[in-house]
Amino acid sequence: MTEKITPEVVAQHGLTQAEYDEVKRHLGREPNLTELGVFSVMWSEHCSYKSSRVHLKTFPTSGPRVLQGPGENAGVVDLGDGLAAAFKMESHNHPSYIEPYQGAATGVGGILRDVFTMGARPIASANSLRFGDPSHPKTAYLLEGVVAGIGGYGNCMGVPTVAGEVMFHPSYNGNCLVNAFTLGILPADKIFLGTAAGVGNPVMYIGAKTGRDGIHGATMASAEFDASTEEKRPTVQVGDPFMEKLLLEACLELFQTDAVVGIQDMGAAGFTSSSVEMAGRAGNGLDLFLDQVPLREEGMTPYEILLSESQERMLLVAAEGKEDVVRRICTKWDLDVAVVGRVTDTGRWRAHWQGKLVADLPVDPLTEGAPKYQRPMKPHPALPELHAFDLSTLPEPADLGATLLRLLARPTIASKEWVYQQYDHMVRLVGAVRPGGDAAVVRIATGDARHAKKAVAISVGANGRYCFLDPHLGAAHAVAECARNIACVGGEPIAITDCLNFGNPEKPEIMWQFAECVRGIGDACRALGTPVVSGNVSLYNETEGQGILPTPTIGMVGLVPDVERTCSSAFKNAGDVIALVGTLQGEVGGSEYLAAEHGREAGRPPALDLAREKAVQETVRRAVREGLLSSAHDCSDGGLAVALAECCMMQGVPAGAETTPWIGAAVRVPFPARKDFVLFGEDASRILVSMPKESAARFVALAQECGAPVIRLGAVGGDTLEIQGALSVPVAELAKAWRDGIPAVLRRDVGHAAASLVAREPQEPLS
Amino acid sequence: MAKKARVYVTLKRGVLDPQGSAVNRALHAMGYGEVSDVRLGKYIEVTIDEKAPEAEERRRLEEMCKKLLANTVIEDFRIEL
Repeated sequence: MTEKITPEVVAQHGLTQAEYDEVKRHLGREPNLTELGVFSVMWSEHCSYKSSRVHLKTFPTSGPRVLQGPGENAGVVDLGDGLAAAFKMESHNHPSYIEPYQGAATGVGGILRDVFTMGARPIASANSLRFGDPSHPKTAYLLEGVVAGIGGYGNCMGVPTVAGEVMFHPSYNGNCLVNAFTLGILPADKIFLGTAAGVGNPVMYIGAKTGRDGIHGATMASAEFDASTEEKRPTVQVGDPFMEKLLLEACLELFQTDAVVGIQDMGAAGFTSSSVEMAGRAGNGLDLFLDQVPLREEGMTPYEILLSESQERMLLVAAEGKEDVVRRICTKWDLDVAVVGRVTDTGRWRAHWQGKLVADLPVDPLTEGAPKYQRPMKPHPALPELHAFDLSTLPEPADLGATLLRLLARPTIASKEWVYQQYDHMVRLVGAVRPGGDAAVVRIATGDARHAKKAVAISVGANGRYCFLDPHLGAAHAVAECARNIACVGGEPIAITDCLNFGNPEKPEIMWQFAECVRGIGDACRALGTPVVSGNVSLYNETEGQGILPTPTIGMVGLVPDVERTCSSAFKNAGDVIALVGTLQGEVGGSEYLAAEHGREAGRPPALDLAREKAVQETVRRAVREGLLSSAHDCSDGGLAVALAECCMMQGVPAGAETTPWIGAAVRVPFPARKDFVLFGEDASRILVSMPKESAARFVALAQECGAPVIRLGAVGGDTLEIQGALSVPVAELAKAWRDGIPAVLRRDVGHAAASLVAREPQEPLS
Repeated sequence: MAKKARVYVTLKRGVLDPQGSAVNRALHAMGYGEVSDVRLGKYIEVTIDEKAPEAEERRRLEEMCKKLLANTVIEDFRIEL
């Protein structure tokens, strides 16, 4: 610990001079290098939420079903009859960009640990991915690596990946997004928390050994990339899912004993953040003995031991005298286990190594006392011009059928079969509504008769383009769409988790996007009755000063009381009536159509009336539960025409079936505005349904009761999608275009996408 | 004339090797207690036409390693001609 702390060393640790002065004030002296490392990770954006905290405070976080809100490893909600669900979503953007396979795999590993730390058995995972322009040289490589990594880790763990979404946009060229979600099931009265309670209790380390993996990952995740990132690459963490499986089973067995007082995953900033946070929550101190930490490599320094991000490790506070219970179970599962410290009442976090005290820090400044910033904000200067864009100047397409085909082939809209077929979504046989539809429905299957019919619905989503054009409205749209997806399968939305991906918060327009998105999520969650129970913030998603689109990803969980009464997206029976719950106004601002066909990302996102949204959802949810519907599908990217085409194509076919996997439809759409706007506009709060003729009268009455508008469009049947007066395309052709969208990206033969927020390229003047 | 180039791809020092540790455990279980660590890598034979000078061959092989044969984020490579 002789290295001198120069201003350069402080800067390398990502601390500003003012923050360093603050460190010295807290200590009353200069920190040594190890202590500086600890402050550096604990005060990083990733661990301290220093730019975001003041805004996150405004989220609604409580409700009758909330058992554990934000601040723990995952949120927990009540599913009734003594059962609860723990869930969270987390980003692993930066590691995935550097090494897509391992980055995505360890992202999945991390979120799984966050969930089983709470005492839950993970039953389903989901993800939300963002990649750059489909023609960008890195896009196919990142897509392949990330998807393989998610699949590899999840499949080894035996946790099905049941839902997800993938979008492409040039703003993610140098900064892909990998947001991983996991949900687990636990008894409502046995939630485990990350707290270091009980002075004298032993602190125990369980899991894999510590190596020099990803030292300073948390600091890396809080800094922009630049050309030198290539050189300063830290050792990338490599995941070992079989080790994680052992850790999972060992933890679940430990939770059956009375040995566990508190437990926390060693995630970002590893041993340091887990021990500091556990001490902070309990208001206690810790004495740690680094010589006891199981090491994989020789010659590791205290600095490296404390900051290593080796995967598949947990820190546990055991009840005094129960050390042997923990040892026995860990040994049985082939895990390393060691007593590495004691809980103290000193309020100080102290690390001992080779008989010396190598770090001695007060806990509070590392946790609650970490810096909080109210950073300056201002709206993006390009917005007034983008909002003022006159949509009526756009040329009308001559051939609406050809337009539809091109839209279906857009990687963002195209079928994601290639992606989800690499995920084992069948393991555990819990999927009631499988991937590819609106929301996944997962059976709870605990073996208890009270839960036999229960299922959870999971939906994830975000719309970065909407959020760029209007962050408050765009973020509210993401919440509303997730809830709508859950309504489509007959589920009642319960709560959300979020993953807030943004650029550099030191830029006022980015901070403004963040604050407005948080406000939008809060408003929508209050209106829809879905509190925020957990979440994660990922800032500095920038490369060479180019920020990503603001991308607040929402992961929503709903309850399906009767798994037999759910619904999927595809049209099923010839002769069924097709209807649209919602309205047709032709709002194309910020739409995929505008971007794809006109190269414009302008206008305002569609208006969102949350009261109507609730009415539409209530109508469909009740209709599904009454068993009135054959299909229900949310109308979103690409508008009504794309939703109709998807309903025609999405039918799953049993192996060996003779019939084609699709069915046609003939509809007559009222055109209150330009045909292209009505067909491809993304008006909010709309669900496309089909039902047997006999159900139609009851359905209309139900919609009236709920106060939702319904438009009868036509009937299912034939092998062509015909929209009277607009287009008529054989479904086989639609399906070919739709299924080839992602394979075309992988063949690296997509043309340069028509859309790229042109006005955001650096050479274009913004203000 | 064709000749064989030998390419060794190994994990960088410090990178976790789950496969190596599985083999290590298996060897222990079989009674080879003297084994303290195992790290696994790949050995690749590349047959090339002997046309270019060796420096050029080496340059192109290095390019192949960087572009395809090795994942240089977590792996090192060594070429023998």
